Amino acid sequence: MPNGDAMDPQLVDHIENAVSETQTLTSERGRNQLREFFRSPGAVLGLLTLCVIIIVAILAPYIAPQNPYDLSQLDILDSRLSPGSESFSGVPYVLGTDAQGRDILSGILYGLRASLMVGVLSAFAAAIIGTSAGLSAAYIGGRVESFMMRIVDLQLSFPTILMALMMLAVLGKGLVNVILALIIAEWAVYARTVRATALVEREKEYIEAARCLRLPGWRILFRHLLPNCLAPVIVISTMQVARAISLEATLSFLGLGASVTEPSLGMLISNGYQYLLSGLYWISFYPGIALLVTIVAINLVGDRLRDVLNPRNV
Amino acid sequence: MVTSIIRRFIQALFVIVAMTVIVFLAVNVIGNPVDILINPDANQAERARVIAEYGLDQPLWRQYIDFLAGLLRGDFGNSFVYGRSALQVILERFPATLELALSALVIALVVGLPLGLYAGLRPRSVASRIIMSGSILGFSLPTFWVGLMFILLFSVQLGWLPSNGRGETVEILGMRWSFLTEDGLRHLFLPALNLALFKTSLVLRLTRAGVQEVLPQDYIKFARAKGLSERRIISVHVLKNLMIPVVTIVGLEFGSLIAFSVVTESIFAWPGMGKLIIDSINLLDRPVIVAYLMMMVLIFVGLNFIVDLCYTLLDPRVRLDAKR
Repeated sequence: MPNGDAMDPQLVDHIENAVSETQTLTSERGRNQLREFFRSPGAVLGLLTLCVIIIVAILAPYIAPQNPYDLSQLDILDSRLSPGSESFSGVPYVLGTDAQGRDILSGILYGLRASLMVGVLSAFAAAIIGTSAGLSAAYIGGRVESFMMRIVDLQLSFPTILMALMMLAVLGKGLVNVILALIIAEWAVYARTVRATALVEREKEYIEAARCLRLPGWRILFRHLLPNCLAPVIVISTMQVARAISLEATLSFLGLGASVTEPSLGMLISNGYQYLLSGLYWISFYPGIALLVTIVAINLVGDRLRDVLNPRNV
Repeated sequence: MVTSIIRRFIQALFVIVAMTVIVFLAVNVIGNPVDILINPDANQAERARVIAEYGLDQPLWRQYIDFLAGLLRGDFGNSFVYGRSALQVILERFPATLELALSALVIALVVGLPLGLYAGLRPRSVASRIIMSGSILGFSLPTFWVGLMFILLFSVQLGWLPSNGRGETVEILGMRWSFLTEDGLRHLFLPALNLALFKTSLVLRLTRAGVQEVLPQDYIKFARAKGLSERRIISVHVLKNLMIPVVTIVGLEFGSLIAFSVVTESIFAWPGMGKLIIDSINLLDRPVIVAYLMMMVLIFVGLNFIVDLCYTLLDPRVRLDAKR
């Protein structure tokens, strides 16, 4: 700290105590919010489903009947089997197989992995970029702020899918590019919300106190302002994960995302599209159900989080 | 008011210029056009010829000026696939997309407004709860999967409606429309419903929120005290005040309907702009991609501008603000 010598060590002690007291208060509030969260049966159901989905996705290589992307495990004789039928070598295919003889259930398990990864990664990266942008905009103010917010407004006036299409048209196809496109398309939402929250928080006494102590700017930003702006970030993040999963599936379905050999729910659905008209519904139907259940579960949790974390309810 | 309109207009122009820079830089700097344009087997002389032909040997600012000049003339170069003007290729597909988006908008309003009104007026009834849960589904369901399920149910299982194409069209004002023939309507229904799903939920929720905001107001109480019939209160006092937010959202969302038609058109093989852009991205047809992007920018900036204008005209408070 460049001006640390200006501060009385006793005063610092005093403040550290105050901070730990506040933290106790916060954790108590956190426990109340947790209790509040579990009061909604829909949210609990959503959370349970989500946990099951995450565990199943992580354990996919161990619990899936086959690795659908290992060509040596596929048998073309098993292609297009309807749900419940048995394979050539006697193993049952609970949800049927696709045109290459891939087990749909295994495909879904591996697909969930890819979809969740894309969703979480892109939402997380967008959250970091957007939050930093929003926080610094609110803290710095002036021209920098209005310039940044202009960009954010501009970007938010275009729908996400258009932004993503633009990015993919430039970057080319592929799962990594989809993640990049999602990050670029979604960061603005965080920036706008965090800035709005930070503008309110900035005027509060504890920030003024921190300024009076002549704490350095980064410390005020990250230790004091940031933790108090996190609630909306958490809420948006859950919703964005769901949106990103849905968007990735859409882009993969359009043939711009995952390639045929990469597991993704959108890709599985897209694979089944051409067989839909000939009645082989299961290739698209079951991955779609998995996608739907995932998105609804995340949204249920996010919806409840928003109600619980909303500062007006505290 | 005139100054505020002019100021908005200049802002809109500024946005368009900024977007031309972004699109130009994105397409020409991040993506390397040489790789797309030139066959990897081409020899050095061939490469140099193509590079010179497309002006890619010029400095970047020079290329940008040429790009802008072409833009003003509506010239984005010829499509690599169709061998015709890229803009022309897109404009030919535009009516199909417009028709789809407009139909979806009509469905969203016709279904969303009354349901939202009902859910707002009787928030505790069972029907309202079902409507609201349904609207959550409308938000969460991925559009493309619902489209597939529509095809599965209505085209494959029941065989009621066709699953692809526009069907029979009638030519009016030099553009082909599907909604005037019975066959065309049958083709239009599923894609329009699919595209409308998300917006219906949006209109529904907006309307409900609006009703609940208006109902406790003094002027509603006063109207009741005056002994006006419930029908008149709803149709005149409630609905009229709902209109401003609904109109705004409808205006702004119309652009996103056109953008989202990319998905619906791909599923139902609807021959519009959205299907074209996906094909173009897959085939790396750069002039069409650029023309599409610039056209979407124009549509969005234009819509935003029009909505702003309408706001100024509809809402006296905005007008007064501008005067001050």
